[in-house]
Amino acid sequence: MQVFLQQIINGLGLGSIYALIAVGYTLVYGVLRLINFAHGDVFMVGAFLGLFAGVSLHQSLWVSLLFSMAGCALLGILIERLAYRPLRKAPRMAALITAIGVSLLLENGGQLPEVFGPNPQSYTNPKTDLPLFIPEHVYRVGGVSIDLPTICIWIATAIIFVGLRILVTKTKIGKAMRAVQHDQESAALMGIDVNGIILFTFGLGSALAAVAGVLFASEYGQIDPLMGLMPGLKAFIAAVLGGIGSVPGAIIGGLLLGVVETLVAQFQGGATYRDGIAFLILILVLLWKPTGLLGTGAVEKV
Amino acid sequence: MIDYHQSINDLYAGNGRTIDVPLARFAGGLYPFSENLMTLITRSSLFDAERAPFMRGAAAAAICALALALGGCKGNTETAGPQSPTGSGSVIQIGEYGSLTGATATFGTSTDRGIELAIQKANSAGGALGKQLKVDVKDDASVTEQARTDVEALVNQRVAAVLGEVASSRSLQGAPVCQAAKIPMITPSSTNPRVTEVGNYIFRVCFIDPFQGKAIGSIGTDILHAKTAAMLYDNSQDYSKGLAKYIEQSFTSKGGKIVGRYTYSSSDSDYRSQLTSIKAEHPDVIFIPGYYNDVGIIARQARQLGINVPLVGGDGWDSPELTRIAGQSGGKNALDGCYFTDHFSPDEKSPIVQGFVNDYKAKYGARPDAMAALGYDAAGILVDSIKRAKSIEGPALRQAIADTKNYQGVTGNITIGPDRNAVKAIVVIKIVNGKFTFNSRIQP
Repeated sequence: MQVFLQQIINGLGLGSIYALIAVGYTLVYGVLRLINFAHGDVFMVGAFLGLFAGVSLHQSLWVSLLFSMAGCALLGILIERLAYRPLRKAPRMAALITAIGVSLLLENGGQLPEVFGPNPQSYTNPKTDLPLFIPEHVYRVGGVSIDLPTICIWIATAIIFVGLRILVTKTKIGKAMRAVQHDQESAALMGIDVNGIILFTFGLGSALAAVAGVLFASEYGQIDPLMGLMPGLKAFIAAVLGGIGSVPGAIIGGLLLGVVETLVAQFQGGATYRDGIAFLILILVLLWKPTGLLGTGAVEKV
Repeated sequence: MIDYHQSINDLYAGNGRTIDVPLARFAGGLYPFSENLMTLITRSSLFDAERAPFMRGAAAAAICALALALGGCKGNTETAGPQSPTGSGSVIQIGEYGSLTGATATFGTSTDRGIELAIQKANSAGGALGKQLKVDVKDDASVTEQARTDVEALVNQRVAAVLGEVASSRSLQGAPVCQAAKIPMITPSSTNPRVTEVGNYIFRVCFIDPFQGKAIGSIGTDILHAKTAAMLYDNSQDYSKGLAKYIEQSFTSKGGKIVGRYTYSSSDSDYRSQLTSIKAEHPDVIFIPGYYNDVGIIARQARQLGINVPLVGGDGWDSPELTRIAGQSGGKNALDGCYFTDHFSPDEKSPIVQGFVNDYKAKYGARPDAMAALGYDAAGILVDSIKRAKSIEGPALRQAIADTKNYQGVTGNITIGPDRNAVKAIVVIKIVNGKFTFNSRIQP
């Protein structure tokens, strides 16, 4: 029982990372109907910006986090402006291919020695060798261990969930986002600045990726320019599982995927099937319930 | 895009070396795919005149990424050397492939530095056969498939011999290519037995995993007096799988019991699931025959989950990053009290080791690790063999390498055995206060 409880905690820890990244996927998809495959790489850039702020600029967690969020928001806006906006009226496929192109650009550009360099870097303070932002406290309750970074991830996920809910349902900009999601042309006719809303959504989604990046790095202690690849794909699965376009769906999908992966990997030799099962889930969802658990069945115009 | 590529080459170029840096980890796999994409993009409406200004930006971004990807697989064929007789100029061309970037970047970089130092030393002592030696370095970006492409490029350049790789999976990609071309290949540090079994042109200057596994198993039984052990290994690496098997044989033959065998794969970063299961089995020791970038995180997560038994592994642990990734907690490094087997310890007092350590420090400002030492010895044995063979033709050079006896290397006295494996002693390292310290030496 204790082992099972620990596994559930492990799964929720892993899953909340997926959830945090998936929220960004889902936000952008919701407004633009675009799967932004570069999202996992923005997450990577966020982790590196956090490291830069913490180590080179000697900033605290909060300043570094804000720095990283601002940097990634800017990056997201740039990507939208330069790579996606020119293709907004082009076939969906063109934008998707460009997204993969941007993703490759960030992954491989990040490996240039002038950018981040190819080597994995530890997320520690070089003077003390201690974790950079979040101390590695471990709480033990009845034989079950939870570490502080994991708790921080849970808290961040909860805050982001509530914050987005308020933003989308209670504010004017949220209303505009929903309008753009519903029908871009009509929204524009109603005087909504569609381009502005889309830029805002990209910026917001990318800033959330930065939060996920800094927290992920604090949790696992090591970052590299390809770190966004697998979590990015897993978060995509989580977003599809939960229903792409739905924020609560992304969070539920992420947590569910984390728990399933953990329960699979706990058996001897089970880890071999961990990624396989995650992708199997993606295939099954796409085959039988493409709208996911909480997604609304949007009718595709052909 | 050529400019991108070129500028990187310029950065690395020095001492008459060229380094080819592929920019894409997935270049190999994506090649046919990305060519289709390129056609798709150029044919699609992307270049419509009416949206041209923005289109160009987007298309440029996409093509840029693709070109970066393509750059990796096409290699730097324009620097190809003379087509026939190897090094028929004033230089002898030697090929090297390694993971200068990517997941195991420190392995490739250290090895490369060791080789560079050895070649520099040989060249300043007059080179070999009256010619200077020149190393053409290909970076495989820690990607298994890329290793083969790199070695094919080196073989097409008709290099005299090939040095590389560290990871057994990648050496197994390069070895058949060298064997078919009858160009000797020396791997500095691939320990999986299958590497040299590829054929009679494939050599290594390190011990092999059956011996290493035996030594790791005996750390469990003889140094730690463990009765039970759990195994956690990387199922996507030949090195890790092979070593796990030999450790288990050794540990159980001495009366130990393996209570659980768990796997992970290199792309994971969460190992808590397996570790939680391991904890429930209460082993006295956990064998983790993996690579440092994973082992560091595993150690950290194990301590978080309250697993306090020693972790024991092999030469894949040897990297200055290992203890940094594992991290400090409660004034202790997560790996304190853990052991691993290795090829080399810079603490050893012999003049040959200290001379190497000092030269290396002077050149790179860091202490050499085992990968650097093995790279140094691999290049040293190659130069020595070229001199003894008085030729750089494949068969003669192959014979000379095979005849190597009692070569005084920095990783010990190296004799190439009948199976083209080095016969030499193994070093046991204990981690104390986050530092690697020499513990003991186990003879073959």
